[in-house]
Amino acid sequence: MSGGTWGTFATEIPRALAWTAALTGASLALGLVFGLLIALLRVGPWKPGRVLSALYVEVVRGIPLFVQILYIYYGVGYLIRQWHVPSPFLSATVAFGVCYAAYIAEIFRAGVQSVDRGQSEAARALGLTRRQTMRLVVLPQAIRNVLPALGNEGVAMLKDTSLASVVTINELTMMGRTITSLTYEPFLVWTVVAGCYLALTLPLSWAVRRLERRLRVRAAAHHD
Amino acid sequence: MSEPPLITTRGLRKSFGDKEILRGIDLDVHAGDVVCLLGPSGSGKSTLLRCLNLLETPDVGEITFAGKRVRPGPDADTHRRQVGMVFQRFNLFPHLTVLQNLTLAPREVLGLDPAAADTLARALLERVGLGDRGQAWPHELSGGQQQRVAIARALAMKPRVMLFDEVTSALDPELVGEVLAVMRGLATEGMTMVVVTHLMSFARDVGKRVVFLDGGVVVESGEAAGTLDAPRTERLKEFLGHLV
Ligand SMILES: Nc1ncnc2c1ncn2[C@@H]1O[C@H](COP(=O)(O)OP(=O)(O)O)[C@@H](O)[C@H]1O
Ligand SMILES: [Mg+2]
Repeated sequence: MSGGTWGTFATEIPRALAWTAALTGASLALGLVFGLLIALLRVGPWKPGRVLSALYVEVVRGIPLFVQILYIYYGVGYLIRQWHVPSPFLSATVAFGVCYAAYIAEIFRAGVQSVDRGQSEAARALGLTRRQTMRLVVLPQAIRNVLPALGNEGVAMLKDTSLASVVTINELTMMGRTITSLTYEPFLVWTVVAGCYLALTLPLSWAVRRLERRLRVRAAAHHD
Repeated sequence: MSEPPLITTRGLRKSFGDKEILRGIDLDVHAGDVVCLLGPSGSGKSTLLRCLNLLETPDVGEITFAGKRVRPGPDADTHRRQVGMVFQRFNLFPHLTVLQNLTLAPREVLGLDPAAADTLARALLERVGLGDRGQAWPHELSGGQQQRVAIARALAMKPRVMLFDEVTSALDPELVGEVLAVMRGLATEGMTMVVVTHLMSFARDVGKRVVFLDGGVVVESGEAAGTLDAPRTERLKEFLGHLV
């Protein structure tokens, strides 16, 4: 086992971790915002919005994430190449955001529907508008209810960012491919890469489960 | 002579699917009246009450409030501000403290500044006997306390009429009294109230008029004590008999 491989890890792992974290964070932020908008259209009073958002969810969920990444970076990138050189990071973020928005929208929708109808009736009876009722009464409760599910999406997203190596982003998986080709120590390299992912996902999953338990206790208190 | 009624309904009809629940309701509620709606389960009492603040949209018929026609649509929010409602299951907002439950609508709907809303809310909590529970969460309160908060929350909008839908039915028997006491107090102060209830003693003592609903129509109505003591229709007689 060469000391050179460890030396390479020492400089490359922090850089790769930063890319993985940045990609996960940016994609998750986009997915959450976009997903919430789609969910609001889905449960709203505007018929075309309901149809479009349902269609969006169906279409996006029917295409593999890997293909969506290729589609946006290489496919759409080819179309717009004369105006704009596609950025790998931006392309991947958009692909992840667009894809996860569909799943996150379904989570938000389930969350909104899990809030007792009496809550919005009480709000409307007080004179709050439909929008105020959604923003001030329904959404805060819905979001609290789905926080664990959103946390799980975050963990899944983190793992899926490994697909971004295909568009040459130097995140953890890309790092593994690069170092393997330099050092010819695939077992060592991929063990370290897998360990890096675990070091990120295990604490996150643990935190999500803890949150889930705490929310369950609180829900029980509400319905005593 | 006598003032025009605060609320009227004429020929109100409402169906769910092919079941017609309200089949032509005429109702007058005068300012200061306490009108008790009686009737067997499923007779449409809740539906009628919910039509009065447009939580349900009537299919046919008209509602007036303070002389003006009430219509669903953009004006419904304005109408609801003036009509308080208390539900059987309290429906307090669990993510807000008791005080925030009271200040939400005055701040967001009426545009009160936080200090003014706070002062108003504290006074109302005091009035329902919960002056010290403003910082509590709804789930920390007993059912009776929660229902009193719900009444205070509705009052915070300074409504011109209060609707009560079986507000003591979900309570343990020993907690019913504290809620009825608050309602009695409101009636004494001249609040206009429409009350769905199964408590005949409350209807007799606090109600000014009773309206007996069965099969989606008003079967009998009149002055409270007189009507309950000497019902004119067989159906009300039978209904009251069943309750004893
Ligand atoms: N939103 C609704 N959808 C379908 N049926 C309803 C709805 N609301 C009430 N109903 C039906 O209407 C009937 C009358 O209900 P309700 O007005 O609640 O009666 P009450 O309050 O007198 O018990 C019941 O049979 C009930 O099942
Ligand atoms: Mg009812």
